[in-house]
Amino acid sequence: MIWNTWLPLLMVASSLLPGLVIFGLAEERLRLRTALNLLGAVAKLVLVGWMLWGVYNGQHYETRLPLLPDLELVLRAGPLSLLFVTLSAVLWLLTTIYAIGYLEGSPHRSRFFGFFSLCVTATVGVAMSGNLITFLLFYELLTLSTYPLIVHRGTEEARRAGHSYLIYTLCGGATLLLGTVWLYTLTGSLEFTPRGFIHTVGEEHRLALVIIFILMIGGLGVKAALVPLHGWLPRAMVAPAPVSALLHAVAVVKAGAFGIVRVVYEVFGVERAAILGLTGPLAVVAAVTIIYGSLRALFQDDLKRRLAFSTVSQVSYIVLGVAIVGPVATIGGVVHLVHQGLMKITLFFCAGNVAETLGIHKISEMNGVGRRMPWTMAAFTVGALGMIGAPPIAGFISKWYLGQGALEVGQNWVVLVLAGSSLLNAAYFLPILHRAWFLEPPANWPHEHDFGNKETAWTLLLPPVITACLALVAGLLAAAPFSPLEWAQLISRREFYQP
Amino acid sequence: MRVESSTLMAAIFLDVPWAVVLILLPLAGALVCFISPAVAKSVVLLTVFANTVSVAGLAWQVMENGVYRHAVGGWGAPLGIDLYADGLSLLMLLMTALVGLAVSVYSTAYFDQPQAARFWPLWLLLLTALNALFLAADIFNIYVTLELMGLSAVALSALSGGKDALGGAMRYLLATLLGSLLFLFGVALLYHGFGSVDIIILGQRIVASPIVWAALALITAGLTLKTALFPLHFWLPPAHASAPAPVSAVLSALVVKASFYILLRLWLEFFAPLGVEDIGTLLGLLGAAAVLWGSVQALRQSRLKLLVAYSTVAQIGYLFLAFPLAVGSNVTAWNAVACLALSHALAKAAMFLVAGNLLRFGGHDRIADLDRVVQRLPLTVAAFALAGMSIMGLPPSGGFVGKWLLLEAALIQGRWDLAAVMMIGGLMAAGYVFKVLGFAFTQANIPQKSKAVPATMEWAALLLAVAAVLLGFLAVPLLALVGMGMPFGSSEVGP
Repeated sequence: MIWNTWLPLLMVASSLLPGLVIFGLAEERLRLRTALNLLGAVAKLVLVGWMLWGVYNGQHYETRLPLLPDLELVLRAGPLSLLFVTLSAVLWLLTTIYAIGYLEGSPHRSRFFGFFSLCVTATVGVAMSGNLITFLLFYELLTLSTYPLIVHRGTEEARRAGHSYLIYTLCGGATLLLGTVWLYTLTGSLEFTPRGFIHTVGEEHRLALVIIFILMIGGLGVKAALVPLHGWLPRAMVAPAPVSALLHAVAVVKAGAFGIVRVVYEVFGVERAAILGLTGPLAVVAAVTIIYGSLRALFQDDLKRRLAFSTVSQVSYIVLGVAIVGPVATIGGVVHLVHQGLMKITLFFCAGNVAETLGIHKISEMNGVGRRMPWTMAAFTVGALGMIGAPPIAGFISKWYLGQGALEVGQNWVVLVLAGSSLLNAAYFLPILHRAWFLEPPANWPHEHDFGNKETAWTLLLPPVITACLALVAGLLAAAPFSPLEWAQLISRREFYQP
Repeated sequence: MRVESSTLMAAIFLDVPWAVVLILLPLAGALVCFISPAVAKSVVLLTVFANTVSVAGLAWQVMENGVYRHAVGGWGAPLGIDLYADGLSLLMLLMTALVGLAVSVYSTAYFDQPQAARFWPLWLLLLTALNALFLAADIFNIYVTLELMGLSAVALSALSGGKDALGGAMRYLLATLLGSLLFLFGVALLYHGFGSVDIIILGQRIVASPIVWAALALITAGLTLKTALFPLHFWLPPAHASAPAPVSAVLSALVVKASFYILLRLWLEFFAPLGVEDIGTLLGLLGAAAVLWGSVQALRQSRLKLLVAYSTVAQIGYLFLAFPLAVGSNVTAWNAVACLALSHALAKAAMFLVAGNLLRFGGHDRIADLDRVVQRLPLTVAAFALAGMSIMGLPPSGGFVGKWLLLEAALIQGRWDLAAVMMIGGLMAAGYVFKVLGFAFTQANIPQKSKAVPATMEWAALLLAVAAVLLGFLAVPLLALVGMGMPFGSSEVGP
């Protein structure tokens, strides 16, 4: 079918074109801008649905355009791509609704939504890249389109944060580029292939392959916030709440983690990476990141900063799942890509609501928030419990599979890491819940907005409630068809561990 | 009927001696502008537009009939003046046409009357010189056009008439005259030694001999001086920074590329086959030093135009990195040069036009005081950001394609030092581009008196920058065009 060769491009265009038009809109064209945003987001969702069904039934969607002599721009919708695309499309729609409410009345909204759309375009491009050069292209585009969002407020602090973000990510991009070109000179191919394509490289290049792996994972690890490359993430918290939400749940950190999945499974091939002795150290780095992020989160009083360190920790679950080398752990890691996204975006939405409605930024000010904003804090509670790994929320499923997968291949130490991390998660989330629900609210909130008799604007309330429900459903109905878990198993069957 | 008329049209189109048109048209335009300044504006616009069409016509001819060679007035080589066009010439002509078009449109809004009357004829004269240079088939004509180009460029750079401009132009004049003189000595030696000035005939006759080494040294020295290769770049920043914005754009985008083109052409035809790897290595080293030095200097600048000018010093370094990498049968490095040269021309012209807009807007180009310009001149800042993408070599952009190819060539040759220079240069470029952009976003409330910037000026800059980015998707057709007549093929004969 001719359609199948253009659908992936259309998927990218569905956010790119609205974004470009929005850049040109005058600030006061509120209706048109909102309509364009929602139109793009809904169109993307429809495309996602169509392609999910198609891929499930064995259809093949691929766009190829010439980019360089012998290298093409390849956009392909495989099972793994679609997992990430679906997550991005769903959360983009919700974040757009949220951002419309959050930014109401603030300046430079056309610019904001323009870059917001570009950011999603880049994320979807990262997800659908069929080879490394395409991946690199969208990966760098993501860096560039996120920068204006981080410095959006235009304060000196924002400029500094943007500066540090750029130093980290551009250096990461440079090492990734170097690794990619080097790999290309060795293999003559950059095409993502199930179980990797480096078997053509002779044994004499073993050292080169190891260095390439380090370069690539190092470059991707910056965005995935692997310790010690995570420094930009907490600083980037100066961005508006919808940006933080998108950054942490979908766009930037996930692009890094997703890239690591791609490189380990479809560039090197996980068995080959294990033979080269690369997965062991990667697992250790991931484990250290998990524990370190949690420990740092424990000591933050600023709510967004605590969530940021929590992200540092949680994203490495994905990397850990990849590095354990076993089908079950892989499923755990890949499914956490979605689960962490749902839970973390909920938490950030809620933090934004509390800040926007009551002017609360610090955890020490959160006494009794649950009574003033029950829906928001209920959603927050679901997200937080999920992060801790309480059944039946989605986070439990991830941890279960990770732990079982580690035991299956005899890596018992991983279970200790998971248990320790869960304890730490509980230690930094439960006090917040305790404060919010069980302590007396103060007489006056720091900076209260008046939303009549509602707890906050519906555009701010609806998205976190929906994502919290999704996180709950993803855990409860994990065995249902088209659940993230089922889809991760499909990926593992089709792309990672073919017989 | 329609088919017939269209084939007739095609036949006519193919028959026109576009190469001759490319030289006579801007020359005639220059004369008209000189004689009657009143109509200059429309004449220039017409000329640059027709110039672009002519380049397209010539490109079509080359694609249909292969390499183009035309004996002016029917006098063939070795007596007459021959015109020659292959893929490499076409690349340079295309670059000139595109940048020329944007700069001309920009200039209609930029210059006020007394300056405009001087600018138009000089600019068209420069365009004539550039076109003739890229079409010249012999080294003596190259010398003549080089001199013409240098003199009109110097005159243009002195146009704003201030103390800085005159000082910069004076240094520029001395540098360019010295460069041409060295080149002329080299030409004389080659003519004396091998009895011809025709590039192709010389290429057949040249054998390794002291005369050739002397000529090589003189020509390389003269042309690297004119191209502002480190450490001979001293004249470039003051000249480019003090000239009016459209002139800076033309100087940085086209004029330095012209002398680079000559060096590249002669290198490919004469010197590379002789196996002069040491000189190639030396050029590569100087290129690497230029990348690092130019980037560091650009980072240190507090004025936008100087920053952009030092960025040119750095970007020129990249072009020279290809010389050591192209040893053996490596066309990739030259392809990289083609992409880098064109994308740099587009992006750098855009950046200088942006600098002109900001200068007009705020009356200054201090980077730290650019506050909130993002909201007030969004198109201009977008142009700077897009051009910056290409300069940094980030995808998708023409600069990225060039950097990728060059990096590939470096890694194939195992030249890790040069690869490292490219990576560091790219990061420093990001440093100076974002130094500007970071300040453009800040929100300090400085009540500045600002002048309106005409939309023409904003759009001209933006379209150039967009072209530099789009080039990232057009590398395959571009390289097919550049490959016409295999200008880089001769390197395969080499050792």
